Amino acid sequence: MIKVVLFASLREDLGVGEVEVAATGVCSVADLIEGLSQRFGEVWRETLVSENVLVAINQNMVKNEISVSDGDEVAFFPPVTGG
Amino acid sequence: MSKKIQFKKIQVQEAVFDIGEEITWLRASSHQVGGIATFLGVVRDINQEDTVSGLYLEHYPGMTESQIEKIIDEAGERWEVITVTVIHRIGELLPNDEIVFVGVGSTHRGDAFSACEFIMDFLKTDATFWKKEQTSDGSRWLTTRHSDVKAVERWQESKKD
Repeated sequence: MIKVVLFASLREDLGVGEVEVAATGVCSVADLIEGLSQRFGEVWRETLVSENVLVAINQNMVKNEISVSDGDEVAFFPPVTGG
Repeated sequence: MSKKIQFKKIQVQEAVFDIGEEITWLRASSHQVGGIATFLGVVRDINQEDTVSGLYLEHYPGMTESQIEKIIDEAGERWEVITVTVIHRIGELLPNDEIVFVGVGSTHRGDAFSACEFIMDFLKTDATFWKKEQTSDGSRWLTTRHSDVKAVERWQESKKD
């Protein structure tokens, strides 16, 4: 399974903070977004495919091309605004 | 030259904190400390010309703390840093509440001032916190400020020297 976590505006826009999906057929972040939008609706693709969405895998920032494996935690979030 | 930070305190919490106690801790942590620079961030009641009645802060538990530690370690590579405290609050905050505290103890003031500013600048751009503010028009998630991005670019440029 792959654990998907969402924060801030993305969590509100998609109405969920955390979801688990099967790892079968998922090799990349792009595959993961494809699977999420097929399962939960096109709004997922519209929300997550944006240059304003950052991605972390296992709590490390990554670029979209990086591979995703079974057991990974993949986080999507907007640019940070703390401090 | 190997530089090692002796004490690191990283806390993400809803609770209020007392800057006096934090400075006392930094001071007591090592007798090598010759100067302590601190920054306290406070909730403003106005942003982008709107009155702000409150803030909500969320974060990515685990990643936030590890990002803060990376920032502190980077500061320790650049300057002589003995002891560091970073406290960041989350949850519901009101105007004038404290949000963030950065305190750095060094042998000399120059390193303490620079490391404190560096850590604070990177907290703004690299630590996984998100602010939502309540105004009379409703609530809105904040977006990255250009001036914050500029602030960290300045450090990235100075690294090349």
